[in-house]
Amino acid sequence: MNGARILLADRRLLAAALALAVVLVLVLVGPWFSPYACDEIDFAGDWSAPPSASGAHWFGTDSLGRDLFVRTLCGGRLSLLVGLVSTLVSLAVGVAWGALAGYRGGRLDQTMMRVVDVLYALPFMFFVIVLMVLFSRHLLLIFIAIGAVNWLDMARVARGQTLALRQREFVAAARLSGLDDLQIVRRHIVPNLAGLVVIYAALTLPQVILIESFLSFLGLGVQEPATSWGALVNDGAREMESAPWSLLFPAGFLTTTLLLLNVIAERLRAALERPGR
Amino acid sequence: MIAFALRRLLSAVPTLFVLVTLAFFLMRAAPGGPFDGERTLPPQIEAALAAEYHLDEPLWRQYLRYLGGLARGDLGPSFQYEGYRVGELIAAALPASLSLGAGALLLALVAGGAIGIVCARRPDGALDRVLGTLALLGVSVPNYVVAPLLVLLFAIGLGWLPAGGWRPGTLADMLLPTVALALPQIAYVARLLRGSLIEALAAPYVRTARAKGLPERTIVFRHALRPALLPVISHLGPAAAGLITGSVVVEQVFNIPGLGRYFVQAALNRDYTLVLGVVLLYGTLIVALNFVVDLLYGALDPRLRPA
Amino acid sequence: MRRRTPRRLAAALMLAMLALPVQAEPVLRIGNGPEPESLDPQRMSSVSALNIARDLYEGLTRIGPDGRALPAAAQGWQVGDGGRRYTFQLRPGLRWSNGEPLTAEDFAAGLRRLVDPRTGAPFAQLLSCIVNAQAISEGRARPEQLAVWALGPSQVQILLRAPTPYLPSLLAHPASFPTYRPALARYGREFARPGRLVGNGAFRLDQWVVQGQIELVRNPHYWDDDRTALDRVRYVPSDDVAAELKRYRAGELDVSSEIPLVQAPQLRARLGDELHVATYLGSYFYGFNMERAPLAAQPGLRRALAMVIDRELIVAKVMNGLARPAYGWVPPGVSGYAPQSVDWAAWPMARRLAEARRLYAAAGYTPAHPLRVELRYNTHDDHKRIATVVAAMWKQTLGVEATLIHEENKVFLAKRRLRRETQIFRAAWIGDYDDASSFLDVLAGDNGRNDTGWRDPQYDALLAAAATEADPARRAGLLAEAERRALDALPVIPIYWYVSKHLVKPYVRGWRDNLLDYHYGKDLSLAPG
Repeated sequence: MNGARILLADRRLLAAALALAVVLVLVLVGPWFSPYACDEIDFAGDWSAPPSASGAHWFGTDSLGRDLFVRTLCGGRLSLLVGLVSTLVSLAVGVAWGALAGYRGGRLDQTMMRVVDVLYALPFMFFVIVLMVLFSRHLLLIFIAIGAVNWLDMARVARGQTLALRQREFVAAARLSGLDDLQIVRRHIVPNLAGLVVIYAALTLPQVILIESFLSFLGLGVQEPATSWGALVNDGAREMESAPWSLLFPAGFLTTTLLLLNVIAERLRAALERPGR
Repeated sequence: MIAFALRRLLSAVPTLFVLVTLAFFLMRAAPGGPFDGERTLPPQIEAALAAEYHLDEPLWRQYLRYLGGLARGDLGPSFQYEGYRVGELIAAALPASLSLGAGALLLALVAGGAIGIVCARRPDGALDRVLGTLALLGVSVPNYVVAPLLVLLFAIGLGWLPAGGWRPGTLADMLLPTVALALPQIAYVARLLRGSLIEALAAPYVRTARAKGLPERTIVFRHALRPALLPVISHLGPAAAGLITGSVVVEQVFNIPGLGRYFVQAALNRDYTLVLGVVLLYGTLIVALNFVVDLLYGALDPRLRPA
Repeated sequence: MRRRTPRRLAAALMLAMLALPVQAEPVLRIGNGPEPESLDPQRMSSVSALNIARDLYEGLTRIGPDGRALPAAAQGWQVGDGGRRYTFQLRPGLRWSNGEPLTAEDFAAGLRRLVDPRTGAPFAQLLSCIVNAQAISEGRARPEQLAVWALGPSQVQILLRAPTPYLPSLLAHPASFPTYRPALARYGREFARPGRLVGNGAFRLDQWVVQGQIELVRNPHYWDDDRTALDRVRYVPSDDVAAELKRYRAGELDVSSEIPLVQAPQLRARLGDELHVATYLGSYFYGFNMERAPLAAQPGLRRALAMVIDRELIVAKVMNGLARPAYGWVPPGVSGYAPQSVDWAAWPMARRLAEARRLYAAAGYTPAHPLRVELRYNTHDDHKRIATVVAAMWKQTLGVEATLIHEENKVFLAKRRLRRETQIFRAAWIGDYDDASSFLDVLAGDNGRNDTGWRDPQYDALLAAAATEADPARRAGLLAEAERRALDALPVIPIYWYVSKHLVKPYVRGWRDNLLDYHYGKDLSLAPG
């Protein structure tokens, strides 16, 4: 499976990946090119000032007189970090769980999938709120927790795929060569799930970023003065009439990123699932 | 068939039991209690309240008491809404949530389905690209942005529809919240259906049908759509549980007395019984809807009919 | 079949248009904030519930538009025993909303129910000035021992521990209102619902859709029904100020409960005439945990932190003018009391900064060794904005490294009460009645609501002396001295005083802004047309 070839063969995938790279670079290095810090309040300047291309604040200022350009980019760092961590956690748990259940089958499979069923029936929102209340101080812990809740889909799909892989000759060969179950899962099953994992990663990332933004809506999001796209969009939504720029810029970044991630997921799926086309 | 339904029903009981147990103890692990407020209560009064609601008993006994109530069909008294039983609160909020959810579900299926079909018939055509991008936008914009925008446009700007409120049976009150609730689902359904329909249209039996010279419409609706609907249905099953139990955002923005707020408000207010009540309702819905999905699967694809 | 869908949709849309709000009978629609937790006058605690209770029930007194207590169910009262004995004379022919006669015993029973610990009343301590009230609510005496008596069917007598000139104001609080005992006996805690609730106010409960609306309808048995203009009052709950504002602007509400701060400038420009902003009996402050070093042991440090907060800037830019800068503990406008303030209130900012820097350095902190504190607040957008600005002010003027921590409300309250983790916390106090003691009592050493843990024997002694002082002027002097002690010690940093803020449609008549923000439905009317 040659990632680069797939990427280069699909113009839209390539374009989306490049655009995402631009967003990433902007978010990572952008703040260094601004004279303002993320949490700096301009006590003398105008608060909720409109953007000006010539002036000091390219994206304007927020309702506390902070530079929106820097805050949007800083918020992006956090949103992406949060998305990445949660996605990794959910993939790791989901793949391990699904592959093990699918490979071993039998009673273990039934029990493990039963756990998934129960967790499915738990309202996600309730679970997240309780986690937020319990871990209110540690942001990353929360997103590890979110990732740990979000793995259910991955587990189901990984299990399905594993069930199919189990029948294949190379697994039987590995078994004959004396590898134990865990080794087979690790060396032969999981690597063969890679394509699936990539697609799911691209699908999960935008979901998690949206969850973070919803938590901000509930007021349970990141801790000031740090910020995230979700928190910024929320603040902006409150001022959408009086200071539309405070909604438009962060929402633009958030939406664009989610859009790009979704496009990438879709094209990857097309490329990986139907290699003939 | 009936035996199958019964088996499913029975297998749901332990699931729901584990669910309630999990939610009960999770909720109790959270700091703070239902009667903590900005205005601290004097200790004697706090003790009187705790005794009245049996909060002074050991946790295991409270748990058994709750299970005992459940067995009698009693979800207990609400801690937050004095003088109301949880059962009553849920029953009162259900109609609004149900009609909104059903409306949104229908809209998602019809509008999303239409978009999906249009896109799939000419993949990568101009229409597909435009609608595809719109659909992606639909899943990418948070609904707490979309909902107030809808109000600003249709209620305050144009004055066509109310900005909020809920008079049972009034279509005008339903329109905006239904759209706000349905938008992400429309987008999701459209994308799912587009993908599966493209695949179905490339299947051998469809090619056979084409070769027979059947009109394109017949091919799409008679032959390709049925299998293509399967992934949509397996997505909409659990999604329906979410839609029916409401959305905090939509209910808050449109001032609707629905269930969605309870998930958040009750958890934040430590209204233990109300939380458990809505969790139980959601869990039951999920189990029931998954059953419906299986039945629909059977109806759409005879090969998947349960033996 | 499929062809007809668009036409059906059009028909449905037409139907929707026709169903737009048509006002059938005059109803005043009031935005009322969060859903009330109860309509039982002794069990409620939220502002939104209290608002409705004042329409459903009536106490012996009410608060007039100028903030003074006026006769309500009582037509007058006499004061005897040097200000310790109050005798209220009920109006003749008072009736409950079901037509049954309302007697003095009903009022006495309401008060007994309030102090009875089994009731679980959040305001049980409101009337601790009555003889035996404290003992009863602490379980040391029986409710029947409360010094409140019905003298015949139309006289209520109350004996106080000490002269309490603001007793008539206290009796305008819903916690002291009568509850219909037959309903209570029959339905217990679940009596306060439509079809069961019997009140004695100008309106009775018609409909309660939880999270939807509470609708009241005129009570024909009310003594002053002839002068009640409105037939119906609808209280509409909302968790979201922005959503409430949108409904107000769309003409679906006649009165709003709040105004979103960020939109204040636009609203002032566009709806200036409809904006009602008035001084309100509420204080927003930061408290120090006085049981934890280093802040507890260093008054100079607390003083420095308090000094460098630019309250004028916070009020102007963060609150958008919807607050008043606070330099004292008791809000302005309290009857019979001269507001006190910190000694540096009038200093120019430059002098305050210089003094604060000196105090900060004297406490042993330098730029290399800054003070590190945690500032906790409960999750809310407005608290977040203020905490962010205050932390920035501390950082920029003194170099203090303040970490902001927001906590979900219940977690926050629990920790604040425990005084273990907290250092500096956000808090607010809304006065229950128009008297300085409603605020000063909160900082008393033995008060359960004093989350700072500050204990000053002299402060407590001053309050105790004021509580038994019959002469109003001397009493005010004692209270003022207590307040000055608190402001010298600064267990709390006052930040701003609340204002009441409503949008009121121009056709709503009879709306008068007042200190307690009480608006009785019976005083309001809708202009014709």
